[in-house]
Amino acid sequence: MNRRLAYQAGLLAAAGLVLWFFVSNTARNLEALRVASGFGFLGREAGFEIGETTFIAFSAADTYLRAFGVGLANTFRVALLGIVVATVLGTLIGLGRLSSNWLVARLAALYVEVMRNIPLLVQLFFWYAIIAENLPGPREALSPLAGVFLSNRGIALPVPAPHPAYGWMLAALLAGVVAAILVARWARARQAATGAPPPGAWLGFALVLGTPLAVFLASGAPLAWDRPELAGFNFQGGATLTPEFAALLTGLATYTAAFVAEIVRAGVLAVDKGQFEAADSLGLPRRRAMQLVILPQALRLIVPPMTSQYLNLTKNSSLAVAIGYPDLVSIANTTMNQTGQAIEGIAIIMLVYLTISLSISAFMNWYNRRVALRGASR
Amino acid sequence: MNRYSLWTGVAALAILGTGAVHAQSTLDAVQKKGHVQCGVNTGLAGFSQPDSKGVWKGLDVDLCRAVAAAVFSDASKVRYTPLTAQQRFTALQSGEVDVLARNTTWTVTRDTSLGLNFVGVNFYDGQGFMVPRKLNVKSAKQLNGATVCVQPGTTTELNLADYFRANRMSFKPVVIEKLEEVTNAYFSGRCDVFTTDVSGLVSTRGSRAPNPAEHIILPEVISKEPLGPVVRHGDDKWFDIVKWSLFAMLEAEEMNLTSKNIDQAASSKDPAVQRFVGASGDVGKMLGLDNRWAFNIIKQVGNYGESFETHLKPLGFDRGINNLWTKGGLMYAPPIR
Repeated sequence: MNRRLAYQAGLLAAAGLVLWFFVSNTARNLEALRVASGFGFLGREAGFEIGETTFIAFSAADTYLRAFGVGLANTFRVALLGIVVATVLGTLIGLGRLSSNWLVARLAALYVEVMRNIPLLVQLFFWYAIIAENLPGPREALSPLAGVFLSNRGIALPVPAPHPAYGWMLAALLAGVVAAILVARWARARQAATGAPPPGAWLGFALVLGTPLAVFLASGAPLAWDRPELAGFNFQGGATLTPEFAALLTGLATYTAAFVAEIVRAGVLAVDKGQFEAADSLGLPRRRAMQLVILPQALRLIVPPMTSQYLNLTKNSSLAVAIGYPDLVSIANTTMNQTGQAIEGIAIIMLVYLTISLSISAFMNWYNRRVALRGASR
Repeated sequence: MNRYSLWTGVAALAILGTGAVHAQSTLDAVQKKGHVQCGVNTGLAGFSQPDSKGVWKGLDVDLCRAVAAAVFSDASKVRYTPLTAQQRFTALQSGEVDVLARNTTWTVTRDTSLGLNFVGVNFYDGQGFMVPRKLNVKSAKQLNGATVCVQPGTTTELNLADYFRANRMSFKPVVIEKLEEVTNAYFSGRCDVFTTDVSGLVSTRGSRAPNPAEHIILPEVISKEPLGPVVRHGDDKWFDIVKWSLFAMLEAEEMNLTSKNIDQAASSKDPAVQRFVGASGDVGKMLGLDNRWAFNIIKQVGNYGESFETHLKPLGFDRGINNLWTKGGLMYAPPIR
């Protein structure tokens, strides 16, 4: 026991020594070259513009710190949407591959093989080129629906102009979600106690969607559209989905979906055939069997590898820099070159990705514990 | 290897013992390995670009070759590291390259806080805008609301934001790292405007545009961009060698010494020429080089004017302010004596 402890301490000391060597050496080299170091630059004015922002407004007069914030928000936006789209698309394709319909199964297999065997960077260039090269300029924009414009500047959409009622609708939505969760809990408890089946999903939908709708109608249905209009070089007003964002989201989601599909397929196939037969012999209809017997067991196998896919997608979003989407890495690269503080910049990138990845891991581990076999989780 | 250069550079900066960067002088290190490692642009026609045989050509490349000619009496002893705008300084700081000749703008921040020394200017430039002719734009003042393609991590990005702020205009930047990708984005119509140094615009239009006549460069030049070679802080001897290699090319043009006539000139009685070719005096020794260092540069690389004629004239460049001071330009070398 004591000897093991000594080995551990020795290893720790060695690791510390190596770390100290790197840090002190770097500091001495930078000092000798008179390269400025430290994080003081974060408070200085950035002086560059950022093409698109998520929630955080930005101008060239803002600080580098704020620029990093904008980059982080952009990374989050593409990663979160990417995860949602990849999960939905991947699940559909994974189930499609299990379909008894020959054509559907083959097409799903083809999709998986094509998407996961082409490097992601190449796919991103492909999507970007498709969007930028094939769509017309803003002055000749396509208008598939009234008010919607499709050009190589992206998709310009009309959005509802801001109104105070929307804030209340958001609050109502949250209230609806909370109510739906409470009702579901109560229904489960009642089923456990009395055996009465829970009400259908309609009640949940009604609570989640109906509450904000009621607020909307009660405040007199205020709906004014902020429409995009061609002014000068570009569309003004409305909301714009840029080609960079669209290409990145499409690339990330379709690429990751191929892996998700295989994970879902593997999860479902791994559930013992006897489970289907047992559900059948209990007289459960097919949908209920899937929902109550198969999926809970499949999820247990799906969740851990899915976590890695989510992490991959988030990390892969840093390829954005190649097609000009201003994500965290892109902003950090610009900052590093503007200030010359590469070590600090890369430290920030690493720290942020580590934090994001660990958070996703923590969440997925929590979820995994919920779906894992009780007592069997290690 | 390009994409990873920045990262390896940072790693190298973290790992290198002080000794590797410092105790040994750059000249000794260069002589020991037998070649000059030169950081150049990944591909900017006229400045540094490999030709169809893979041989690097251009004004910046000639500076690298001049340094090799001065150090080794052989202009071919250069190896090139193509660097993006972002990788270049880290590559130089970490010792990955000995000289950076990559159309780099001399600014006070770079000269001080990045730990670098600019040796001089081999091209006086300024930032401009290129737009498709069909947009009917005549002045940069009409660019309000435009989408602008720009490379990241350059003074270009800052000047652009400054110019639009000063003129109370707005714009949308599309920031792409690789020159190929950013020019593709512009030529495919993703942006209304492409901005970089005028030299870059001329070079891009001449070498990459599907139809060069469809693009015009607006009259406004919004910044001063003196481009020059760069070395690390802390090695004055190497700094001197690179600096005087550049000056030798300028001085030779002023003295009418070219790669064609320098052999005859070697027997000239003119004391200034004699000093230049190393027939008298010991300028070479003062630099720690062969006394025929300048002769070798001109014989193998040519003078500044020749370099300009060969690489930039064909792309449509005008000497303009890059002419010698005696011909109304800004190019001026201190005397070699």
